[in-house]
Amino acid sequence: MTQAKEPILKVENFNVEFWVDGVWYPAAIDMNYQVGAGEVLAIVGESGSGKSSSSMGLMGLLASNARTTGSVKVKGVEMLGASNKTLRTFRGREVAYIFQEPMTALNPVYTIGFQIIETLKTHFDMTTEKARARAIELLTMVEIPNPEKSINKYPHQLSGGQRQRAMIAQSLACDPSLLIADEPTTALDVTVQAEIIDLMRNLKDKLDSAVLLITHDMGVVADLADRVLVMKDGLTVEQGSADQIFNRPVHPYTQQLLAAVPKLGSVQSRKLVVPADAKPVLRLSDVTIEYPKRGRVPAFTAAQGISLEIFPGEILGLVGESGSGKTTIGRAAIGLLPIKSGIIEVAGNDISHASLKDLQAVRRHTGIVFQDPASSLNPRLPIGESIGEPLFLAKIAKGDELNRMVEDLLDKVELPRSYRNRYPHELSGGQRQRVGIARALALNPDILIADEPTSALDVSIQARFLELLQELQEELKFACLFISHDIAVVEILAHRIAVMQHGRLVEVGDRDQILRSPKDPYTQKLLAAVPVPDPAEQKIRREARKALAG
Amino acid sequence: MFGKKKNKDVEIVNEANENAIQNKEIDGLSQGQIVLRRFTRHRGAMIALFTLIFLILFVYSASGIYLGSDKQPFTIQGWWHYKITDHPMLVFGKDCPGGSTGCPSLNLNPFSGKFGFGDHPFGQDDIGRDYFALAMRGAEQSIMIMFIIGGIGGLLGTVIGAIAGYFRGRLDGFLMRLTDLIITIPSLIIGAVIGYKVGNLGVVVLGLYLGIFSWTGLARLVRGEFLSLREREFVDAARVAGASNRRIIFKHILPNAVGIIIVSVTLSMSGAILLETALSYLGFGVVPPDVSLGSLISNYQESFATRPWLFWWPGFFIIAIALSVNFIGDGLRDAFDPRQRRRISKKDRENAKVASKA
Repeated sequence: MTQAKEPILKVENFNVEFWVDGVWYPAAIDMNYQVGAGEVLAIVGESGSGKSSSSMGLMGLLASNARTTGSVKVKGVEMLGASNKTLRTFRGREVAYIFQEPMTALNPVYTIGFQIIETLKTHFDMTTEKARARAIELLTMVEIPNPEKSINKYPHQLSGGQRQRAMIAQSLACDPSLLIADEPTTALDVTVQAEIIDLMRNLKDKLDSAVLLITHDMGVVADLADRVLVMKDGLTVEQGSADQIFNRPVHPYTQQLLAAVPKLGSVQSRKLVVPADAKPVLRLSDVTIEYPKRGRVPAFTAAQGISLEIFPGEILGLVGESGSGKTTIGRAAIGLLPIKSGIIEVAGNDISHASLKDLQAVRRHTGIVFQDPASSLNPRLPIGESIGEPLFLAKIAKGDELNRMVEDLLDKVELPRSYRNRYPHELSGGQRQRVGIARALALNPDILIADEPTSALDVSIQARFLELLQELQEELKFACLFISHDIAVVEILAHRIAVMQHGRLVEVGDRDQILRSPKDPYTQKLLAAVPVPDPAEQKIRREARKALAG
Repeated sequence: MFGKKKNKDVEIVNEANENAIQNKEIDGLSQGQIVLRRFTRHRGAMIALFTLIFLILFVYSASGIYLGSDKQPFTIQGWWHYKITDHPMLVFGKDCPGGSTGCPSLNLNPFSGKFGFGDHPFGQDDIGRDYFALAMRGAEQSIMIMFIIGGIGGLLGTVIGAIAGYFRGRLDGFLMRLTDLIITIPSLIIGAVIGYKVGNLGVVVLGLYLGIFSWTGLARLVRGEFLSLREREFVDAARVAGASNRRIIFKHILPNAVGIIIVSVTLSMSGAILLETALSYLGFGVVPPDVSLGSLISNYQESFATRPWLFWWPGFFIIAIALSVNFIGDGLRDAFDPRQRRRISKKDRENAKVASKA
């Protein structure tokens, strides 16, 4: 017992490979690491680096076209090649997973209580009453309000944060000695994310479990991890203590990755002088947007009393959490959604109650970049055709001239001209988003609506994308409504920032004023919740946030 | 400045690494090519496809093509020397088992002296008509009805489903209630009424009328697909680009729904051939003197005990055609399903190369 502490998880020469078309392609190569009790090891890397497949591979949870080699020991027991029975006793009992999407990881037809009780009864010889009592205890532990009532709720009746808590409660049901959290906060808003991170830290200390945290968010890593392992293309690039990785990274990739993370409060101020007589490109005045009632579902007011102005050449950042109505405003601003009351003017044209025909004219002045690069391009059209469509429909060009203009646009967004004939599925997320910009800028719009264009992208790709957007904006001088949930991203681009909560604008002001001296308590809370990729600074911010919360 | 640009190009190429492993299989292919590739790898579907093509060519070349009604026939002669209207001498059973009449002369045993088709490979019916000619003609009619029903049903289902799903609202409500109404009437009853009214006008007319009532399932599927596709962001992008409703439906949404349409139409075709058979069996479909596979079975069901070949051959063709079409539909469904992965056999595992560690 008193010997050197045996690590909970010990991984040696671990390889994951996928079979594709007669060839094994490596997803994770030669991984070596261990996690001790009460320790948090974060595996960071961009998408496709193999961090998720390697963690799923630990317990044999990969698809049938994968194979794993090497050695994975949990509490000294070899997991690779172990029988299904051994694996089953270890899964849930000793090793628990927390997944990214709580809505898909919880079964929607059972109550959360039932699902926790089921886990308990699988692994222990327990009566239902006892298991129920334990489930309530667990829900109390993860700080779900009113656990006696919540235990009978279905997943859809809980908010995103509460669902994630319920899932954590389920995975903690058997006091696992190893907790594998795969992007546990990615689907959550920053303020909720901060709460979940706090919860995980407290639980880890209380239960003394080992935690394997898989994430791409350096802020979360700084907040939680003791040690960090950086992966790229399946290879372990660097491994070390959090302090070492953040403050003295050795490998150039780690340095590049850290440099790409937008850091709140690190960007020089961008001032824009708007001439006094300038007319706004986009003007919203007292706009209310309502989703009409459908059947028995009552009407829902998504935004109300919104007044905004964007001047030529200006970037306005619109921040808020999910459900705050920011996307709704973006879509209404280009006439994709009807408004209930108020006035929207685009480039001097009132589109508040415009007919389809009037909108056609206005659409020459607007462009939009969508959030999800996977869904914003027609999978059946080559991207050249997608980019050229606005030009073709506006009857500006066709034939060879259209091709030439499409090539110009591809040059502008720094994609090879040969990509004209490729299909969206052949492109990476970042490249698709560039195509999205090229399409939005095809008509040389006065105003560009960018609806969370970077939220699906990796940090380094995001950094390059933001740089590109900035360059294009300086060159073409379009006004831009930049919608994002990430304040650090908005900080890089915006001249002014507007903050939304529950369908209302709580604060609008200059970038520096909002970031340095926010007046509204919600803005203050939002800013305090953003994790900063620096363990020392994050610790100070954490204390500050606690003080703010009282 | 130049250096910076160049550096970026290199990085862009690197960017393609996301999902790189999963995409290895589909590098440089368009969506259509991917589907075709998956389909051609589906062994069952390919066998079925070739069987069906062979059957169609064989049947149509043997019996020739007869279109139109009795009054205005349009015919092309086939290579078989009997027509269904010929009455050759009924062969009495020298070789027939149990002394029955008109037994098949088809002999597949290469060592007996009589290997080959013979004069009446499938035998003869009661009055001496050549059963090969009858079976070919029946299969021809059934296949034709199958394609007509599939085509008309597919077209109507797509259009109605697309309109309902895209425009929603009152129009959707009306069209879907109409669909419900048609679904509630059993297809056999509709078929019987139609067959009774127009059965004597020839198979093309019969197929057209049956097609008018067999679009309901597809319409519902297409509507569902349109409802979800119209919310996709690329549709909004097209709308912002100034595309009209027609362009959005035909250029942007329909090509994305084509998978579900093809699969559903194919599977409904095997249902169509069974519907025709059932109708003809009941005497409502193809009426004498013309024949179809169903009417052949119906006519000779009493002879099953004594002259079973009169029952086997039409049955064989029904099963072969319906099964082939079903297999093709199955293969198409797998090919259009992006989540479908090929199963890896042990041999594949052992023979696989290991990619270089990039």
